[in-house]
Amino acid sequence: MIKVKKLVKRFGLKTVLRGLDFEVQPGEFVALLGPNGAGKTTFLRILASLSRPSMGSVEIASYSLPKQAAAVRARLGVVSHMPLIYDDLTAEENLTFYARMYGIENAGTRITEVLEMVGLEARRRDLVRTFSRGMQQRLAIGRAVLHDPDVVLFDEPYTGLDQDASSMLDGVLKTVAKQGRTVVMTSHDLARAEDLATRFDILSRGVIAASSTREGLGTGNLLTFYKQALAG
Amino acid sequence: MAEQTITTTRTKAKSNYWKAIAAIAWKDLAAELRSRELISAMLVFSLLVILIFNFALELDITTRRTVTSGVLWSTFAFAGTLGLNRSMAVEKDRGCLDGLLLAPVDRSAIYFGKVISNLAFMLIVEAIVLPIYSVLYNVNLFQPGLLMVILLGSIGYTTVGTLLASMAVQTRTRDVMLPILLFPVVVPILIAAVKASGGYLTDAPMTDILPWLNLLIAYDVIFTAIAFMVFDYVVEE
Repeated sequence: MIKVKKLVKRFGLKTVLRGLDFEVQPGEFVALLGPNGAGKTTFLRILASLSRPSMGSVEIASYSLPKQAAAVRARLGVVSHMPLIYDDLTAEENLTFYARMYGIENAGTRITEVLEMVGLEARRRDLVRTFSRGMQQRLAIGRAVLHDPDVVLFDEPYTGLDQDASSMLDGVLKTVAKQGRTVVMTSHDLARAEDLATRFDILSRGVIAASSTREGLGTGNLLTFYKQALAG
Repeated sequence: MAEQTITTTRTKAKSNYWKAIAAIAWKDLAAELRSRELISAMLVFSLLVILIFNFALELDITTRRTVTSGVLWSTFAFAGTLGLNRSMAVEKDRGCLDGLLLAPVDRSAIYFGKVISNLAFMLIVEAIVLPIYSVLYNVNLFQPGLLMVILLGSIGYTTVGTLLASMAVQTRTRDVMLPILLFPVVVPILIAAVKASGGYLTDAPMTDILPWLNLLIAYDVIFTAIAFMVFDYVVEE
């Protein structure tokens, strides 16, 4: 579903990604882990076609970036630590707006489905500015899956959420994964990543330093694997 | 929380250029209707400027006619900058610009949607300012020719302003950056608008006004084309 080869990204003289190779099969849930400054967000922004690679190739659902960016964007949903929704619109108006941007047919039905999925059906006519951070993040997930994308990218979705909101978000993320979508999530929360993901990739110094499936972790836990990858 | 069953019929994400433009304009107008942040700021600023000029320039009726176009366009230009800055800041602060850029439409649709909403805000403010100005300065501003100049000038101003605001909003000093970037580029349009407006107000012959009108139209067309071509590069990292 996602194929990245020898990806390089430079910002002026600073090289953030140094020949990164990455591949994800359909339906996989990959947790992309790494310390601050490892290049996780930069990598996700390139996958989302929000940033151009300096070198290398990126292919999503057989479409290459940046040439076929519009086709990729139609198959991609993105959730970041920013909700990407408008405070002065209601939850329903926000989704209606994005439904128009994506040219979604039967938008009304789809919006109701999505609001039910993220548990905000009762608040559909309330302004987003009255929502808690957790509710806004759930609506952001609703926005990201509104057009039924094959791939969903989550960039630190738990940032700024309290324990209750994080638990609710766990449920929504599991639902998104159960729907058969390919998911790539960056996170600093190893416990949550271990609970949700089927594969763990450690990004360090601009390359994937280690990769393991859940089964591949064996008897050790993710923390041990993470520490070993960064030490190596 | 309701557990959703797997959707069997996948919704087709068809991009539609014109619908996307309309959606962005609708979204901006709907949000502004609720918050009234942008129009009220532009309006209060405009009214303060014309009031200050009214007391500062205690002029006879003939002189007032000659300075009116300058006062009017200074007011529109500065108030317009406030609106442009705020309009793009709303997108950037909540990360919504990324939300727009993620949509599977040609990115120029985002630009044209923002131009339409920015133009609408500017025209609303102008529609309120013009009658107040007419009363304060005892000048009839409701002439078809003058209104056409105001429309053409506003189109040119928002066309360039929206493009430059989307550049300025990505800098840390965006509030300062927009006027610095914008005013040198809109000098031709402000001069043409002031001259054409002044021509209508002083009953100058059409042969004197026409070159300025042509300049306004040419500027609008050229900058719309330039913005259409470069917007994608301006907003991408």
